[in-house]
Amino acid sequence: MDRRSLRFLCPNGHLGFAPIKTGSFELGVATRPDFIVADSGSDDIGPGPLGSDTSTAPRAWQAHDLEVMLLAAWQIGVPMIIGSAGDTGANSRVDLYVEMIQEIAQRHALPGFRLGYFYSEVSKDYLQRKMAGGEAVTGLDGRPDLSPEDLDATDRIVAMAGIHPYNKLLDLGADVIIGGRSSDSVIFAGPAIRAGFPEALSYYLGKVLECASFAAEPYGAKETVIGEITMEDVKLTAMHPDQRCTVASVSGHAMYERSNPFFEHVLGGMLDMTRCRYEQYDERTTRVTGPVFVPATELRVKLEGAGKIGERYVGIVGVRDPYTIANIDRVIAWARQQVRERFGDSGYELHYQVFGKNGVMGDLEPVRTPSHELGIVVYGIAPDKAMAEEVCMTGTRQMFYARLPDVKGTAGGVAFALDEVLPASPAYRWTLNHTVRVDDPLELFPVHVVDAGARVGAKARR
Amino acid sequence: MMTVKLSTLAKTVRSKNAGVDKITFDIIFADRGSYERVKRSGVITKASVARLYGIPEARISDFVVFDPACAIKFTVYRSQPSGSPGDTDIFGAQQYAPLLDIEIPVD
Repeated sequence: MDRRSLRFLCPNGHLGFAPIKTGSFELGVATRPDFIVADSGSDDIGPGPLGSDTSTAPRAWQAHDLEVMLLAAWQIGVPMIIGSAGDTGANSRVDLYVEMIQEIAQRHALPGFRLGYFYSEVSKDYLQRKMAGGEAVTGLDGRPDLSPEDLDATDRIVAMAGIHPYNKLLDLGADVIIGGRSSDSVIFAGPAIRAGFPEALSYYLGKVLECASFAAEPYGAKETVIGEITMEDVKLTAMHPDQRCTVASVSGHAMYERSNPFFEHVLGGMLDMTRCRYEQYDERTTRVTGPVFVPATELRVKLEGAGKIGERYVGIVGVRDPYTIANIDRVIAWARQQVRERFGDSGYELHYQVFGKNGVMGDLEPVRTPSHELGIVVYGIAPDKAMAEEVCMTGTRQMFYARLPDVKGTAGGVAFALDEVLPASPAYRWTLNHTVRVDDPLELFPVHVVDAGARVGAKARR
Repeated sequence: MMTVKLSTLAKTVRSKNAGVDKITFDIIFADRGSYERVKRSGVITKASVARLYGIPEARISDFVVFDPACAIKFTVYRSQPSGSPGDTDIFGAQQYAPLLDIEIPVD
């Protein structure tokens, strides 16, 4: 294909996490982009949403952004693509977004269109079979290979899709695509590669565009940015009148949330940005050339998995006595001992987060002198709610009774803001940050296409 | 020797998750002069940031100087995955503060 260029509009780096700013979005839509694309996922939000199969984003914000994008895409007649639906990209999140798109299309009486979607959950059986067959599920970021115990402790697993299911759905005539968990860059790179643009520039386009206005300055999130790809370069333009894409903001974004600014791994290869060149193209546009794509010799899919540890309660106390502050570790040790006498050494977790000492940085905190007052958050975690509440209550209230030899205040060792402990969401952990080999890049990502719009069930537009 | 704090030279000093097992730190300068001065000073190295955070160098997975963005960047393995019980900063967004006070020699 010999198209001169394709232009992609991205209004939001994490759809649903905070609503799109519609002013710059409308300015972007008025320039008639070829695709309207946004990623909706993140593993920044911790393991809870994946484990418990929920979203961290309120439904109203998700619906708002989907509606704004769908109406614009319909109005100018271009495809709309969403990656990693509902924060986690789990199957229930894909279904949720598909329902929302159907509902919005009905409400606005949009003409019929084709709605494509794909799932990305991976069953534990699948990985068990792989492991039984001698195939390692390889740990990332210093993790060991997946053990049967960690797999067993996992509640839900998603695989990170490449460009493949997106391009398959475009081939099937989808006008709107709702994706399961996907690498951020591929929702842009897929259509660009499908249209014949070089892989390296296509993946770079996706890499730099996926966080929308985070690649612009001055700082201001959720504003629209447009990326244009040609056979020679990628150009990035901020749509908010007060924002600009500069060499500094665009090259700086290559570092964001990545351990290394030079390399980006996706299913099927690696983007090498070592030799990228950045130029100011016009006042609000930066031009990038020189990325390289290195195809992988083996197809390995990244996996994310979360498992429940237990029910969780939270207690909060304060300390003002300087002697107690100086001996806070002994106060905590006393309370821990009371929990141990009641519940033994294992079968629960008890954590103390000591604000005013190292509550934010934990073991990375270099400052050794505590503040004049401490706020301590106590977490009790156990298999059931009653036990979690009692673990937390014991670990919190016993701080009041801690026995310090020289304390002047003998009426109570801590201040209670509340004389209770509070139920919190269950505790989860990331059990999988691994890769597994596949034979086919579509193997874990079944695609589906349905009719949507005013005449659901009638003949589709294409 | 006269020194100036890193926070007066750098435009951006930040920390953020890089996946679920690592936190990455970015020190970004608005002008190439400040960037080159800090780079040349040799004050910010893998060894010095490991010392500052009280961790072995093996916990630093990457340490790079990134000329296109006038930036110094390093990445640290978390002691546990983000959001696990006992984690104090799910997004890893407030781990950069000790960098602000690093003293940079002025020539």
